[in-house]
Amino acid sequence: MQEMNNEKKPLIVAFCCNWCSYAGADLAGSSRLSYPADVKIIRVPCSCRVNPMFILKAFQRGADGVIICGCHPGDCHYTTGNYYARRRMSLLFSMLDYLGIERERTRVEWVSAAEGAKFSAVMNDFAGKIAELGENKRLEDLRCKD
Amino acid sequence: MQRLKTAMIEKATALLTSGEVSKVLGWKKGELGFDVEPAVFTSVDSLVDFTYDAFCGANLSKYLVEESKKEGKILVFLKPCDSYSFNQLIKEHRIKKENVYTVGIECQGKVDPYKLKENGIEFVTDASETVDTVTVNGKEFKKEEIILGKCLTCTKKLLSYDDVISFNEKREPSLDRFEMVKKLEAMTADERYAFWKDQLSNCIRCNACRNVCPACTCTKCVFDNDNSGIASKANSDSFEEKMFHIIRAFHVAGRCTDCGECSRVCPQHIPLHLLNRKFISDIDRLYGEYQAGEDTESKGPLTNYTTGDVDPSDVFGGK
Amino acid sequence: MQKIGVFVCWCGSNIAATVDVKKVAEVLKAEPGVVISENYQYMCSENGQALIRNAIKEHGLTGIVVCSCSPRMHEATFRKTAESAGLNPYMVEIANIREQCSWIHKDIEEATEKAIILGRSAIAKLKLNAPLTSGESAVVKRALVIGGGIAGIQSALDIAEAGYEVDIVESAPTIGGNMAKLDKTFPTLDCAACILTPKMVDCAQNENIDIMTFSEIESVKGFVGNFKVQIRRKARFVDEKKCTGCGVCMQKCPSKKGKNEFNMGLNNRPAIYIPFAQAIPNVAIIDPEQCLKLKNGKCGLCAMQCQVNAIDYTQKDEIIEREYGAIVVATGYKPISLENFNEYGYDTYKDVVTSLELERLMNAAGPSDGHLVRPSDHKEPKVITFIQCVGSRDTSGCGKPYCSKICCMYTAKHAMLIREKYPNTEVHVFYIDVRTPGKNYDEFFRRAVEQYGVDYIKGMVGKVYEENGKLMVQGSDLINNEQVVIPSDLVVLAAAIEPNPSVRKIATMVTASIDTNNFLTEAHAKLRPVESPTAGIFLSGVCQGPKDIPETVSQASACAAKVVGLLSKDKLKCNACVSHSDEMLCTGCSVCANVCPYGAITYVDKEFRIGGGKTELRRVASVNEAVCQGCGACTVACPSGAMDLKGFSNKQIMAEVDAICKR
Repeated sequence: MQEMNNEKKPLIVAFCCNWCSYAGADLAGSSRLSYPADVKIIRVPCSCRVNPMFILKAFQRGADGVIICGCHPGDCHYTTGNYYARRRMSLLFSMLDYLGIERERTRVEWVSAAEGAKFSAVMNDFAGKIAELGENKRLEDLRCKD
Repeated sequence: MQRLKTAMIEKATALLTSGEVSKVLGWKKGELGFDVEPAVFTSVDSLVDFTYDAFCGANLSKYLVEESKKEGKILVFLKPCDSYSFNQLIKEHRIKKENVYTVGIECQGKVDPYKLKENGIEFVTDASETVDTVTVNGKEFKKEEIILGKCLTCTKKLLSYDDVISFNEKREPSLDRFEMVKKLEAMTADERYAFWKDQLSNCIRCNACRNVCPACTCTKCVFDNDNSGIASKANSDSFEEKMFHIIRAFHVAGRCTDCGECSRVCPQHIPLHLLNRKFISDIDRLYGEYQAGEDTESKGPLTNYTTGDVDPSDVFGGK
Repeated sequence: MQKIGVFVCWCGSNIAATVDVKKVAEVLKAEPGVVISENYQYMCSENGQALIRNAIKEHGLTGIVVCSCSPRMHEATFRKTAESAGLNPYMVEIANIREQCSWIHKDIEEATEKAIILGRSAIAKLKLNAPLTSGESAVVKRALVIGGGIAGIQSALDIAEAGYEVDIVESAPTIGGNMAKLDKTFPTLDCAACILTPKMVDCAQNENIDIMTFSEIESVKGFVGNFKVQIRRKARFVDEKKCTGCGVCMQKCPSKKGKNEFNMGLNNRPAIYIPFAQAIPNVAIIDPEQCLKLKNGKCGLCAMQCQVNAIDYTQKDEIIEREYGAIVVATGYKPISLENFNEYGYDTYKDVVTSLELERLMNAAGPSDGHLVRPSDHKEPKVITFIQCVGSRDTSGCGKPYCSKICCMYTAKHAMLIREKYPNTEVHVFYIDVRTPGKNYDEFFRRAVEQYGVDYIKGMVGKVYEENGKLMVQGSDLINNEQVVIPSDLVVLAAAIEPNPSVRKIATMVTASIDTNNFLTEAHAKLRPVESPTAGIFLSGVCQGPKDIPETVSQASACAAKVVGLLSKDKLKCNACVSHSDEMLCTGCSVCANVCPYGAITYVDKEFRIGGGKTELRRVASVNEAVCQGCGACTVACPSGAMDLKGFSNKQIMAEVDAICKR
């Protein structure tokens, strides 16, 4: 156990929309459905608030994976936000892949306020994949790793 | 080419003389023959320096952002690729259209000065062109050997505005513009990473790409704005090279007309247009073909959606 | 210089058992800018809030971070606390160390470390917070109720009684909904029509209520206090204002083959009809599928007979637009389609009916005038078998995973009524469990078993098949551990109920959340059960979840109280976290307005100084703060970074990213 703690733990930034996915995370919490502590959630009003700059910034600062969670398409609290987010993230992730960044490091998931179990399952799965990939070396700022 | 130039000067002279326009945006001869640069001519007399030849690669549309604000109407000559940028700028309310007299002009591909240099030509004493060839200092080149990368794949149509000058001599593109994008996509992630690392590490952050780009017309760029959270003047490491170019490509995604100016002006010869073309090719593939600047009304692909759009997880053809 | 206070909550043992709260408070105290860091058992308690208030005053805090439960739970509480101590309510950040930490992690060391990081992230964000003030917007003092069943009727009556105008929009030609079809109601067995129709008449007579039947919602725009709704008034080919409901047209109509919807298709009705005797409005309607005049131009008998010239074959759908301050969704339910349950033979045998059909068969105003007869041969059934949970509590995917809640009680009611009126009839009920919580409910059920001798069999039915003119119900009796086959004359299926299918479209239009079963989601399952998370949208009746009439009426009245509370305000405080455009950076490119779902962004030409004593006219974006809902779509669309979101600014979010990634 002690040995495992000494290993470098993956760092995952999860952007969650306030209305569905953040509530889904709350439901995962109140249902005591665990997922790795590597996952740190940032609350945004809507998935369409997630600027590609935030994602790149997270990688720059040493995040190993970034996941964006929003309401299911069609259920956006703001009607259309996740539709725009879906296009933006599709293009951005495809671009990162084009630059040779592992495509598994970025993900979008639609998690409703009712899907506490899904939230936990998604985070477990994503954290597992990121742990397999290991440290993010292709999109990092070495100065941030002192 | 000579008769195009003559027709353009005639047009400019007529409009200046009648007072319909008070200035002309065109190209001015340089010292070395190929170093043609954009210029504003304010009198018939000054048109003596006006030129239009195989070296007029520069896109004039962006200059109108500032010029159209000024008093008096301006005549502008737009090659096919320039006119798409012009349309996009009109759509974004960046050019005061009522202050511009627009003339579309034909183009058969412009010479890449670097390719000239590679062929041992340091300065141009005389030059002439046909649809398929360019003769510089008496030496004949096939167009595909000597023109700019952006011209090799050009499929843009000559759009008509207030007027159009054309002798119906259109050159057909020699290459598929997505060929290189497809090649990169077919590589492994490691190869792609190596390719871009190699290319982007040459970036000296001179901002030439940004300054020339007709889609980059922000009053203040986010990279110069201390409040944006990503301001940076220079690349301090490999991350910032990527950050700058990814964000820049993302900001012009859906708006980039693929005019190719970024790659033309890059002093380090980074194929920056391949980033923009990746977005264009993804947009075409995922959301239907879209050519920015083809019109001045349509909704851009990133300010639009359909309820059945592909999910980010399925972008790579379903995992 | 900022003076930040950090307050770490134990939440009893909810947080403190897994997170070392003292350590969290201690470590965060060392963060730059933090002047005080406290921990307490229950921060949300009065004592906890007093601790925060005192600290704000004593240390002159410029902002506070509360490490506690989810901000969705107590952000509003702590904002009020801060405000009462003179601090701007937006100088408060919450680190969610319960739902996101103590409740999901078991290792104390790991959970404590994560709690510290979440706290740091909140501090980093708070440092960039700016005091915000909310704008105000006016409230349109009129409510819309979508759906005219008992839920909609009760909500509308209560809102109207409080003095506000309210419109009921009902898709059927009459209000009344499912309840109007019922015979008797449990647990008191009073007749549904006797208690419902007076309420329907009250609606019609109340001058504050405008009933629009045979109408649908076309579109909804706007936001709480200011909804603009387009309503499609479908053509009924009868002028509602002229028709007196005399019914002569119905007698004369030669086309009498339309399925009588009100009687669940158990008999036919003319092409021109009034749905039932007490329909509100008591006005005829023409079914264009059946009407000979509308189909091939030949007939016109009804128009000839009509004394008041109410018939109008040329009537078209009409779209009207109205403004509302609040919207009540009361779209109700329908029984599920039974196509996935072929084993019960519903589509094969005429004498396999649903409970709602049985209601009509037993109703004095029904197709058999209240004589319980089999649909096939109109004979009195001697053996009746009920099958419960048809599609309810079904995890196979054929039905619904939830309990429909009303079936146990209405089946007991049916069994009892049958045994009362036809004592020689044998009644069997197959059930999984009998669920009868509620006032006088279990007593009611026991009466059915003990006094009326209804035979309850615990077990599931495998199939229903015909043999010698009998419907053989084959099932298992779990208590006697045997297979049983009951030869029956009539089989009644307690079909699960599901939300009215139109609710999905309506939920999308009003941007209300909906769950996987298409029930509308309430803002809080326990504490805000009649509000949707979308401000200004309220939930009444079964659209929110299965419930019986008493519960529906209670919820409808509760919903009305919420609506009245909203309409009684002259102004509403707007969301303070709205977009804002930096005019010095804006290029006026319109990309933000293109993605704004609320039309909150407009452009103005503004004069700017450009140095040298000169000015220049520039087109810049301007955000209507009353209309902006703060989604942030514009902020990402904007390439120049001119558009930013208050409370969730680029810099703030990047500071959070930074703090989380610092290791």
